[in-house]
This record gives sequence, C-alpha cells and structure tokens, in this order.
Amino acid sequence: MKYAGLLVMPAGFFLSITALLLFQAPVERAAFVVCGLAVEAMGLAVAVRGHMEARGEGRP
Amino acid sequence: MNPMAAAMTDAVFALTLALLLLAPLAIAGVALINTGLGRSRSAAQALLGNLAILAVAAIVFAVVGAALAGTPGGGGHIFQLGGKAWNWLGAGPWLLGGLSAMPAQAQLGLLFEILAVALAAMVPWGSGMDRWQLTAGCAATAVTAGIVFPLAAHWVWNGGWLAQLGVNFGLGAGFLDGGGAATVHLLGGMGALVVIWIAGPRRGKFPREGLATAMPGHNTAYVLFGCLLALVGWLAWNTAGAVLWLHAPLTALPVVAVNTLLAGSGAVAATFAVTRIRFGKPDASLCANGWLAGLVASSGCAGLVTPGESILVGLIAGIATPLLVEVLELALSIDDPSGAITVHAAGGLLGLLAAGLFARQAGQLMAQLVGISALLGLLLPLVYLLFWLLNRFVPFRADADGERIGMDLHELGGGAYPEFVIHRDESYR
Repeated sequence: MKYAGLLVMPAGFFLSITALLLFQAPVERAAFVVCGLAVEAMGLAVAVRGHMEARGEGRP
Repeated sequence: MNPMAAAMTDAVFALTLALLLLAPLAIAGVALINTGLGRSRSAAQALLGNLAILAVAAIVFAVVGAALAGTPGGGGHIFQLGGKAWNWLGAGPWLLGGLSAMPAQAQLGLLFEILAVALAAMVPWGSGMDRWQLTAGCAATAVTAGIVFPLAAHWVWNGGWLAQLGVNFGLGAGFLDGGGAATVHLLGGMGALVVIWIAGPRRGKFPREGLATAMPGHNTAYVLFGCLLALVGWLAWNTAGAVLWLHAPLTALPVVAVNTLLAGSGAVAATFAVTRIRFGKPDASLCANGWLAGLVASSGCAGLVTPGESILVGLIAGIATPLLVEVLELALSIDDPSGAITVHAAGGLLGLLAAGLFARQAGQLMAQLVGISALLGLLLPLVYLLFWLLNRFVPFRADADGERIGMDLHELGGGAYPEFVIHRDESYR
C-alpha cells in the first residue's frame, strides 16, 4: 500500500499539467490543478498510512 | 523579464556577493539546531555529518549537478508539447567549466545554488539523527546534489518550465521562489520524510503499548543559539535571493529583510503563546521550531509581500508548528527529531502559497500551485525511489547495538562529551 500511494502522486501532477494544456479559462484550469493536488494529497495519505502499518508490525 | 537582459552593476554584484558570504550562517544555525535536538551520545556524529554533507553536496553539485541545473539565460534540454517549449533540464558546463567567464549573475547564482544544495541535503540529516549512518547520509547527499536538486533548481531558478509558466501560460510571473522555499526547504522536508520512512523510528520511540516515548533534545542552548545564527543567514539568503531570482531593485531589499525578521518574530510569538496555553509553560524546542518555520516561510514570500502580510504568515506558521509536530508524532507515528517535516516542508509550502495569495499579479496563485504540484507529485516519488535503491547498497540504519551505545561511539569511536557521566537510558522499555 505504501508504494501504491507514491505511484498515485505523479498522476496528480499530470492532471495539473493537462489542465494547463487543455484549458484556457482560469476557472477550469484552477479546478483541474486543485484536483491534481487533491490526488497527490490522497496518494501521500495512502503512503503515510502504508508506512504506519508496516511499522506497527515491527514495534519493540 | 529576461534575467540576463539587464547587466548587473558593480554595486549590486558586490552587495549580492557580500550577502552570499553571510548566507552560510543559516547552514551553521541549522547544523547547531539539528545537533542540539538529538541525543548527547550522537552529538559529534550529528555535527560531523552536517560538515560532511556540506562538503559532499558542494563537490557533487560542482562536478555534476551544476551542469544539470544550468544557469539563468543558459541553454537547456527543451521539448515541444501543446505548442509550448518545455525546458526540463539544464545544459551547463560540467565541473563548473568557464565559471570565471560567465556573466556576473550566473556566477552568483551558482554560488547561491551550492549553498542551497548543502542546506537542502542537511535537512533530512536532522530527521535521521540517532540512527542514520554517516556513509548513508553522504550517499543520499550525493544523490540529492547530483540529481534531485539540479532538477528543481533548473525548473524554478534557471529558466526552466516552472519559471516560464508566466510566459507560456499567462500565470503571473511564473513560479516564484526567491529564498529557496521550494528548492531548499520543501525538497529537504520531503527528503526528511523519505529518510524517516526508510530508516524507521528510533528504538523505543513507539512502544507496542502506550503513547510515544518523549526523547527531548540534549542541548537547548545549542538549539536556541542556532536560531539566532540562522537569522543572520536567513536575512542574507532572502535578500540575495530577491536580487538574483526576483530581480528586486536595491531599494526593495530593506523590505525583504524586514519581512524575513517579521515572519520569524510572528512565528515564535505564536508558538510561545500556543505552547504556553497547551502545556502551561512555553516549550523552548518548539519555540525554536516555530521561529525556524517562520524564517522558512519567509523564504517563499519575503520579496513579494508587505510587512503586515509577513507577520500574518509568521503567525500562521507559529500556530501550525506545535500542532503539526504533535500530529506527526502521535497520530502518524513519524519520528522526526528535528521537526524538519513541519519546519521545512510545511513552512516552505506556507511561504509558497502566501507568495501566490498576496501577489499583485493575476494568475500567480495558480503558478505557485502548479509548482507545488510538480515538486510533490514528481520529486517526492523520485526521492523515495532513489533513496530506496540507495538503501539496498548502503544501509541507512545503524544496527541495534550501534543505536544503543550511540552513534558517536559506534561510528567515531569517541563521544562529543567524554567527561560526562552516561546514565542508563530510561526510554528503552
């Protein structure tokens, strides 16, 4: 799960870049860039969660 | 404005060079803070590590990194997409070839970047204290200075695609980062998170039952003196950065310095108040973290905001710092002895957002968001991949015995304080 989160993060970046290329209107661009950041945040949350679970198994 | 269009006058050159000669005080301050927040049994290894990281970062960046980072107005590897030019990688000379013949701004820019890469590599060292091996720290620094930092520096400072967002897509003046909030602090903070994930927490930090064990820093005086030292460095760093990367006129520099001081002051005042309310007494190490978080936030916005806005940014940084430190440790089980994720990653993000929110140009906030998206979405996974691979060849974590006796004895064969009596460690349960 920790790797899945990190793999999701670049998807958010490409969403932001796509917004710049596809849209001219500021509102549409902003919406897509914010969605890209949300995807990255989601990926980060999954990665954090994954590392917490992995650590829990090895606690002294 | 093309950074190379206006030739740098002798006065501006001399002032910027003088400021850059003071900037290493920020590095010295962070090194002292890192050392003071660790344990006494690892103090010599921590401080030697900071010195070694500075040396490795400077050499690797000079040999390899500077070529990939490029220079302002220099060449770059460009591809076309959607009718726009995307400048992804610099194409400078290897081994800093022809440095003395470069334009004044390019020379100063390279000096700034050498100092910046050292600080960026030093940030994760503080987070991996008491268990991260010196060799692994140096190897990670080489990766940062040779691959990751040059990418970020080129994109943000040297005419890369983030700097060109204004020209290509009408987003304000492009991604702005006058003092290294993105290239130094956000990058360093992300590296810190990855190191903590890979190396794991210190033994006994998160026992199977009960709350996390408190492992306070061994020398609060180091930490607080480091904060004062860092202020001088930060003032120099932000004003030099404003000249080099924001092309601020000389008359704008006093405001940059005032904003830097106000952001730090607002932050430490807020952290003082929050910890006083939460714990009954102000917490010295959290106040130090708050102060540093304010300075880090100022790196992103000191050249672009008013003094009033700077105080506001500092207050937000100061309130958020102790709360985030608590959340990371208690809720997310992240053992970060120096608080680098909170101070550098979160502080840097705050500064970059503030630069967009308070900007006078339309589209600046969007440019800042795209820049943050690039750093988080591309560079964090890249850093993880590189450090993960590195850990296969040069193990990050010291063995259990080394951690028990302390990194000083384990790696250096002698302690930082040989006349001190070593007490039994109560934190091992």
